[in-house]
Amino acid sequence: MPKILLLFAHPRFERSRVNKALIEKVRKKDGVTFHDLYEQYPDFNIDVVMEKSLLANHDIIIWHHPFYWYSCPPLLKQWIDVVLEYKWAYGPEGNALQGKQVMSAITTGGTKKVYCAEGTNNYPVNEFLLPFEQTARLCGMDYLPPFVVMGTHSLPDQDLEAYTVAYDTAIDLLLDGVSETQLSKHAFFNQLPQLTNKNVK
Amino acid sequence: MSGSILFQAIIFLAGAIICVPIAKRFGLSSVLGYLIAGILIGPYVLGFVGEEGDDILHFAEFGVVIMLFLIGLEIEPKSFWKMRKSIVGMGGAQLIATLALSYAAFSYYGYDWKVSLVISMAVVLSSTAIVLQTLKEKGLMETNYGAASFSILLFQDIIVIPMLAIIPLLSSKDVSAIDTAGHEGESQTYLLDGLPIGVQGFAVILSVVLVILAGRYLFVPMLRLVAKAKVRELLSASALIIVLGLALVMELVGLSPALGAFLGGVVLATSEFKHELESNLEPFKGLLLGLFFMAVGASINFIIIADNPMMISGIVLGVILLKAVVIFGVAALFRLKMDQRLLLAVGLAQVGEFAFVLLSFAFQLNILDRAQLDMMLVVTAVTMTLAPILGMINERLILPRIGTKESEARTMDHIARSHKTILVGFGHFGSTVGRFLRSHGIEATILDHDSNRVDLLRKMGFEVYYGDATRPDLLESAGIEEAELLISAVDNPDTTLTLVELVREKYPHVKIMARAKGRYDAYELLNMGVQNVYRESLESSVKLASDVLAHMGFRKYSIMRQAQNFIKYDEESLRRMADQPKDTEEYIFKAREEIQQQEKLLEDDLKRGIIDDDHHWDSAEMRRQKGKLK
Repeated sequence: MPKILLLFAHPRFERSRVNKALIEKVRKKDGVTFHDLYEQYPDFNIDVVMEKSLLANHDIIIWHHPFYWYSCPPLLKQWIDVVLEYKWAYGPEGNALQGKQVMSAITTGGTKKVYCAEGTNNYPVNEFLLPFEQTARLCGMDYLPPFVVMGTHSLPDQDLEAYTVAYDTAIDLLLDGVSETQLSKHAFFNQLPQLTNKNVK
Repeated sequence: MSGSILFQAIIFLAGAIICVPIAKRFGLSSVLGYLIAGILIGPYVLGFVGEEGDDILHFAEFGVVIMLFLIGLEIEPKSFWKMRKSIVGMGGAQLIATLALSYAAFSYYGYDWKVSLVISMAVVLSSTAIVLQTLKEKGLMETNYGAASFSILLFQDIIVIPMLAIIPLLSSKDVSAIDTAGHEGESQTYLLDGLPIGVQGFAVILSVVLVILAGRYLFVPMLRLVAKAKVRELLSASALIIVLGLALVMELVGLSPALGAFLGGVVLATSEFKHELESNLEPFKGLLLGLFFMAVGASINFIIIADNPMMISGIVLGVILLKAVVIFGVAALFRLKMDQRLLLAVGLAQVGEFAFVLLSFAFQLNILDRAQLDMMLVVTAVTMTLAPILGMINERLILPRIGTKESEARTMDHIARSHKTILVGFGHFGSTVGRFLRSHGIEATILDHDSNRVDLLRKMGFEVYYGDATRPDLLESAGIEEAELLISAVDNPDTTLTLVELVREKYPHVKIMARAKGRYDAYELLNMGVQNVYRESLESSVKLASDVLAHMGFRKYSIMRQAQNFIKYDEESLRRMADQPKDTEEYIFKAREEIQQQEKLLEDDLKRGIIDDDHHWDSAEMRRQKGKLK
C-alpha cells in the first residue's frame, strides 16, 4: 500500500474550526504520516536532511494549508525553497521525487462564487494553484486535482461534517489508487463520484 | 488504669496507629478509624480511658479551630464574599426547617417546650470536623456539593453564638449564679458580661475588625521578621501563636474560636506565608482532630444505650432522617444535581461537636436534666460515628444507581486546575519565566525562600509565597500532589539538585523543567533523568555572538539561522557528553571532537542552497527539460 505524507502548514491552527475538523478526521489514519510544519519548525529552521528522508519514504504528498493571499502560508513556501534541492528534486540527477503524486488540500474563506471570472477574485482557484502544479511537474511528480473546502467563514456544521467525511474518503481513494483517466475529468478532487455520493456540494 | 500523661498519650497514639490504617485498608475514611479507636480504648470496651475522655474532648476541639484556620487560608476574601448568598440562603433555610421540624417532633413526644427547643438547636448543627475532614480527604472541597456543605457549616458556626446567647434566657435559674467551674469556654465569665447588648454587639464587630487589621498589619510583619531569622521552628511557633491568639480574643468577646480562626485564615489567604503556615499547622491539625474523633468515640456511653436501646436508636434514626430530608429539600431548592443532593443530605445528617457545648451549657442552666443530657450526648456521638458509615453506603450502593456522577461536576475550571504548575525561585530567571507564563493566563504557584524579595515582589503585584521548596511539606501545601509541572528556576545549583532529587523520588508524576547554571550542572541534571534542562547563559551568549557578526557585516538572517543551528547542535552534543566521566583526558578529547563536528555541520549548513552551476532556470534548459518530461 502506498504511504501518504500529509504536510500541514497553518500558522493559526488553534483558531481554525474547519482545518481542526479536517485534520482530526485523518491525522491518525493508517498509511498517513501527519507532519505539522508550524509545530515542528516554529523558528522556520527546516531540517532539510530529515525532510528529504521523509519524502523518500512516502509515495503521495498532500500540501494541506489555508489559502492565504492566493498562495500558501510562508513556512510551506520555505519548505519548497529549501527542501526541493537542485540535483535532488530537479535538475541533473534530480529525480528523487519522480513518479510521486502531489495533491493540494486547501481551505478558502471565499466561496466558489468569488473565485471565477465573474467574481471579485477574477480567476478560479485552480489557476491560482498553477505555481504548485508547475513545481510538482518540474520535480517529475503528478499533480492531482486539489481537494478544496470553500467558503469556510459561513460553512454550517453539517456541511463541515460532510467535508471531513469526503476528505477521509479522498485519502482512502489515494491509498487504494485512483486511475489517472478518472482524475483528469475533474477540476477538483471533491467532484469524484465516490466523494459526491457522500452528499458534498 | 490511666496514670501518667505519658501512658495516656501512648494509648491514644497507639489506638490511632492501629485502627486508622486498618480502616483505610478497608476503604473507610480515617474519621471512622479514629472513632472506632476511641470506642475501643474508651471506658466500655478496654477501659484505658475513663472520665478524663471529656477533658481530652475539650482540649482536642482546638483541632477544629486549627482546621477552620487552614480552611480560611484556602479561601480568599473575594471568593468568601461571593459565597455570602449561599451561606445565608442555604444555611438559613436549613436552620429554620430543621429547627421547626425537630421542635415539633420532640414536643409531640411530650418534652417540655424549653427542652425541645434546646435539643432542636443542637440537632440543627452538623459536624464541621467530620464533614470537612472527609471532604478534604476525598478532594471534594471544590465541587458544588463541597461548597454547599461548607456554606451550611459556616452558617451553623456563626449561628451557634446567638444560640448560646438565647439559652440563658430560657433558664429560670439566675445566669450569674452559675459557677465558672464548667470546663467550657462558653460558661466562663466573659469580659463583656453585664454590658448592655448594644455595647456587646459593638465589641463583637470591633473584634472582627481587629482580626482583619491584625492579619494585615501585625501577623504578616511579624512573620516576615521571624522568617528573616531563618530558624524554622520559630515559624511553627508563630503559626500556633496566631491561631491561639485568635481563639483567645474570640473567647473573650464570646464568639466561637473556630469562627475567629476561620476569619484570620481568610485574611492571611492572600499573604505570602499562606503555604508556609499551612505546612506548619497541618501536623498539629491532623493530630488534634484525630484526638478529637477518638475522644468522641470514647465518650459514647454504652450503658445508656444498653438501658434504652429502642429509644436511643429511635432518636438516632429520627434525627438523621429529619436532617437528611431537610437538607435534601434545601439542596433541591438551590438546584443542586440529584447526586449532589444525596451526597449533601447524607453528608450533613449527623449532629455535630457544637451540640456537646450547647447541651452541657443547657444542663448547667437546669434546662435539661441529667438523663436528657446523657441521652442527647449519646445520640450525638452515635450519629457522628454513623456519619462516615452512612456516607460510604450512600457512595457505594445508592449513588451508582443514580444517573449523573462526578464527571458532570468537572467544568473547564477543573481542566485549568489540572495543569497546575509550581515555579520555584523567583529571581531574575524565574520572574521572567513567570511573567511570560502569566501573559498566557497560566498562573503558577510561585515559591521563593528570600523573604525580602518575596515582600518586594508582592508589592509589585506578583503572587509569590515564602518558603524553602526543598521541604516536602511545603511542596505539598503548594499542591505538588496535583501538579503537572515543576519549574526549577533556582539560582544555587546545589539547591536545584536537592529539589530535583526530592521531586523525582517522591512525586514521580511531576514533570520537571530545570534551569542549569552551565554545562556541568546540565550534565548532572540530565544524568538524574531530567529531560528539560535549560542552560541560563546559552541563548544570550549566542545572541551576543550573532550581534558581533552582524556588526561586522554578515547578513542578519543567515546569522540567525546559524545561531539556531548552533544551539541545536550544542544541545545534542550536551546530551551525548552527559554521562562521560569528566576531568579526564578522554573527556577533553571527546569535547574537542564534538566542537570540530559542530563547526563542520555549521559550515555545511552555510553552504546549503548555494549553487554555482544551476542553469536550470535558463530558457534553453527549461525547454530541454520540458521536452524530456513530455
